[in-house]
This record gives sequence, C-alpha cells and structure tokens, in this order.
Amino acid sequence: MVTVNGKQLDIAGKNFSEYLSDCGYDRNRIATELNGNILTKSEYDNTILKDNDKVEIVSFVGGG
Amino acid sequence: MADIFTKEQISQALSQKHGDTLAKKLSQTCVAVCGLGGLGSNIAMMLTRAGIGKLILIDFDKVELTNLNRQNYFLSQTGMYKTQALADTLSKILPCTDIQTFNEKINALNVKKLLKEADIICEAFDDAAAKSMLADSIFTLFPEKYLVSASGMSGLGSPNDIVTRKITDKFYICGDGISDTDYVKEIFPSKVMLCAAHQVHTVLGIIDMKEGNL
Repeated sequence: MVTVNGKQLDIAGKNFSEYLSDCGYDRNRIATELNGNILTKSEYDNTILKDNDKVEIVSFVGGG
Repeated sequence: MADIFTKEQISQALSQKHGDTLAKKLSQTCVAVCGLGGLGSNIAMMLTRAGIGKLILIDFDKVELTNLNRQNYFLSQTGMYKTQALADTLSKILPCTDIQTFNEKINALNVKKLLKEADIICEAFDDAAAKSMLADSIFTLFPEKYLVSASGMSGLGSPNDIVTRKITDKFYICGDGISDTDYVKEIFPSKVMLCAAHQVHTVLGIIDMKEGNL
C-alpha cells in the first residue's frame, strides 16, 4: 500500500506521472514530497511508487 | 530626523525585544521576497521591523489603486515600481536592513541569479503556476535553501483556516490551501496579512532553530 496525503491506496508499482494524470492533478500547480524528500518535476516520469511509500501532494491555489 | 538615533541604538532596541542571540542571527540573515503584492509587501515590512540583515525584493509590477486594500503602499506611490516604493517605505521604518531590488519577472532561467544570495525564500506570487514553478526551481537549484510558500488566503472564511504546514525540513506552506482567487474573487487585508504573518513567523522560527550561520 502507498500512503498519499494520509490515505492508504493500492497503487504500489504505479508510475507517479500516471498516478497524477489519473487523479487529474495539474503538474504545473503542485509540489510533491516522497518519504520526507522533495520530488522535483523532472523526477515524476521515472518514479515508480513502492510498497510503504508516503507521498504528499501539495496543490497551489491562486492569490497573494 | 532618523539621524537622532544611531544604528547602535536601533540595534539595542531590537535586541531588547527579540533577545540578543536571535537579534544577532536576524541581522546576519538574507531573505528573498518573490512578489511584492498583498503577501510580499507585508512580509517585507515585518521582516524589516524584525531587523533582518538583508532583503532581496523582486517584482516587475507597479503600484495600482486596487492594490491599496491590502498591500503595504501609499496612495501617493501609485504608478511607481513596487520595488522602489517598498524600498523607500522600508528605509523609513528602520534603516538598518540592506535592501536589494530586482525589477524583473522571475522565471526558471533567472532564479539562480536572483536568489543565489538568499538563505530563506518567501514565495509571495498570486499565480498558482508561478508558485509551483518557483518551488520546483528552488528544489532543483538550491536544495539547501529554505522555502516558505503560500497557498489560499482569499475570501472571508474563518481566520483560523490559515495554517502553516511543514512539508519537509526545508519547505513550509502557509494558507488555507483551498481559497483560489480564480473562484473566490474577493480578497481582504485581514486574511492576506494573516497569511503573510504566518510566513514571517515561520521565517523567524527557522532562523531561531538554526545553529550558527544559516
């Protein structure tokens, strides 16, 4: 199981870019963390989610 | 009139309020403020009052009448570049902070040049994609630097919705996380300044926690 934003999901083995697309995330409006470390956009395509991974996806909204 | 107080006297007054150790650390820290709107102009004001050593102020825009409900500018400054207007105001608040300004739009290509000197970066843009771009550029180019970002401070929702989240040791995000100006058009001074205060308080906490120089 992979924990994404606190939720346990059965997505181990899935490519991270694909997961983002499946969920409708706009990669131009997010920042992501994997197991305590930042995951840069250039790493999305080559990241395969593993069992026990913890992912945090932060969405930015407009305003400032 | 400012000359009636020496730099030494100002420094002592700040030490009295912030403690000797933190006051010294603050005076040795450089913070970059990216975007000088409702968040950035107020962040820069608070950091100046906190006695930060150096501020790098970055924005390409000019002060407009519609900015004045929440941004730290005067009516007489409309039409001026925000960098110049803010630098003038800050030097009147307390003249001890070294202020560097850049009249530029930040993009992935100039981030390195603009932010290389900063210990801590405050993201204060209004555009969500620009926020994301800046975060990714900093993570890629300067993984050693701290980023204090903001997301969601529009509308009249509860002030208690504004929170600070620590995402990693070097990345914090302040705001309610959901009120998007694309949908919530109203933006009020109180909630924007709350969010700006969260960012500044996080910066002070980072500086306080760090041993020695950042």
